[in-house]
Amino acid sequence: MDGINSLRNGPDEHGRFGLYGGRFVAETLMPLILDLEKEYRAAKVDPEYVAELKNLATHYTGRPSPLYFAERLTEHLGGAKVWFKREELNHTGSHKINNCLGQILLAKRMGKTRIIAETGAGQHGVATATVCAKFDLPCTIFMGATDVERQMPNVLRMKMLGAEVRPVTAGAGTLKDAMNEALRDWVTNVDSTYYLIGTAAGPHPYPEMVRDFQSVIGTELKEQFREREGKLPDAVVACVGGGSNAIGTFHAFLDDPEVAIYGAEAGGHGVDIENGHAASMTGGRPGVLHGNRTYLLQDDDGQILEGHSISAGLDYPGVGPEHSYLHDTKRVTYAPITDTEALEAFQLCTKMEGIIPALESAHGLAQVMKLAPTMAKDQSVVLCLSGRGDKDVESVGKYLGLLK
Amino acid sequence: MTTRIDRVFASAKAANRPVLAAYVMGGDPDLATGQAIMNALPQAGADIIELGLPFSDPMADGVAIQMGGQRALAAGQTLRGVLGMVEEFRRKDETTPIVLMGYYNPIYVFGVEKFLATAKEAGVDGLIIVDLPAEEDAELCIPALKAGINFIRLTTPTTDDARLPVVLENTSGFVYYVSMNGTTGAVIKSRAAVGESVQRIKAHTELPVIVGFGIKTADDAAEMGRHADGIAVGTVIVDAVAKSLVDGKASDRTVGAVRDLVADLAAGLKRARA
Ligand SMILES: Cc1ncc(COP(=O)(O)O)c(C=O)c1O
Repeated sequence: MDGINSLRNGPDEHGRFGLYGGRFVAETLMPLILDLEKEYRAAKVDPEYVAELKNLATHYTGRPSPLYFAERLTEHLGGAKVWFKREELNHTGSHKINNCLGQILLAKRMGKTRIIAETGAGQHGVATATVCAKFDLPCTIFMGATDVERQMPNVLRMKMLGAEVRPVTAGAGTLKDAMNEALRDWVTNVDSTYYLIGTAAGPHPYPEMVRDFQSVIGTELKEQFREREGKLPDAVVACVGGGSNAIGTFHAFLDDPEVAIYGAEAGGHGVDIENGHAASMTGGRPGVLHGNRTYLLQDDDGQILEGHSISAGLDYPGVGPEHSYLHDTKRVTYAPITDTEALEAFQLCTKMEGIIPALESAHGLAQVMKLAPTMAKDQSVVLCLSGRGDKDVESVGKYLGLLK
Repeated sequence: MTTRIDRVFASAKAANRPVLAAYVMGGDPDLATGQAIMNALPQAGADIIELGLPFSDPMADGVAIQMGGQRALAAGQTLRGVLGMVEEFRRKDETTPIVLMGYYNPIYVFGVEKFLATAKEAGVDGLIIVDLPAEEDAELCIPALKAGINFIRLTTPTTDDARLPVVLENTSGFVYYVSMNGTTGAVIKSRAAVGESVQRIKAHTELPVIVGFGIKTADDAAEMGRHADGIAVGTVIVDAVAKSLVDGKASDRTVGAVRDLVADLAAGLKRARA
């Protein structure tokens, strides 16, 4: 379907998107990720697997998620029509479930008896704990100690779902440290354990696999928008942590040059402040971490920086390799959004649309708020509203001084 | 051309004894003490020095080596600094092989060609880079071989007979068998299985095989030395550094603590073939 010049052909057989991606893992894990790739190729074309996933998407997740016209925001911004692709209405409250269902079925096929995962905001942890409850598999979730604190509601949800939550105190106690610890656990328990990575990053085939599971977002959106407006949207926007909701939104549009694509990175306190942000493409350079080559926040000696974001789900010094490729090829524009801008967008969306967005998604909305006023009224911009903000009300309340 | 690594294994073989590879983190607990520790290793009984490159995110290491790396980084260690340690060491020791062990990113950021040239010049003999499997040989392994530096591969219990030829293809110097699925410092579950695995690897290669991960005492050294051409010890050495610190700083016992421990392990290893 996609031609030679398509941007949708990656990765190559070595798991590369141009310079990025690859399989930079310890030998202990190598046989397993080769196995996983084989299993995934087989599952993709197995009608039974495909049907089961489709069935779960419909009856468990609640797909398709609606495409919503945000009328008051559109009026307020005074430019392009603003639409939300409502991934926050999915079961468990974010896009993360799309990927978890795909992977848990693979884990089952591979005969794995234990699941591990890393989580930042806790949304991926909750989605993983959820599918593990449903499929009766024990699971251990690694979460940075800082994130355990700022996302307490999700920690409780995971525990109630039967997961063991392991707080990680190394480093800044955020997503990067959780991922290191998950990798250590995986190396130790490689025979029994499936690592359910939560974003479109890590060693090949994870970036491809997670993208495929999340691509349902953009595929549905394209069709829904055509039904409603009879054309393609003029722009699509998503927030970028590791980049799974973003690549899921973007992938269907990569070969439609008339659609502008924007990724909102975590600008934290500002990209000029060293270690004060998590905008790996705006403020980092290529390096190798967690199994892939990609843009990373790092110092001159190649030591990885911790980064900062108000949003636990975006607080990661790297990004999925396909985004690095799309950044270099300039197909996608990645722009930093500060903590303050995200907080403003969070409040505006809550007050004007009656939708409390996740702080992660609020970064995407802040980008829409910059974009829409510069566009014509007959144009449209669609935001992937990746998650709901219930998990964030306490920490936002603290920032706004509503809580002592 | 015989290398320092070849010569060490040849002379150990002639003497019917296994070699001892001692791992220390380069620049732990501070740059000067780290150098003094390294310099003391050959006399204490180390045949090969594995010099750790500190990295912010050591995904394959247990807590002890993680902490050692953090101490070195806090002391201002860099990749160039570790290469400087090698240069300094070589002023007095031209024979002990030095193998750098670490992760790829600092090397990638330094620049592969520049790194290899500097490392060769400094007197580095081999590299063990944990996150570069055979599938990524084009990154560093092939250029290293061209530059005359051995690329030593880890093989693990998950490396089966079908995969071993892939893993061994560009390996040189020696083969490092990781005794278990786990991070550095974990516990070996089945010692008998280690011996079998070494034999399995030897069926695929002429290269010497050393066993590492989980060797903690002189008795472990004696037992594991029976199964292989050598052993590698790291975590307990880095732990000895940690235990010798006073208020987080090197004490007058630090270098001695490492020296005594390595001597004890070397003595244990002598019993391996007795
Ligand atoms: C709601 C929501 N959106 C976005 C993200 C960021 O992840 P990704 O970039 O993989 O979509 C997270 C991660 O926790 C999240 O919870």
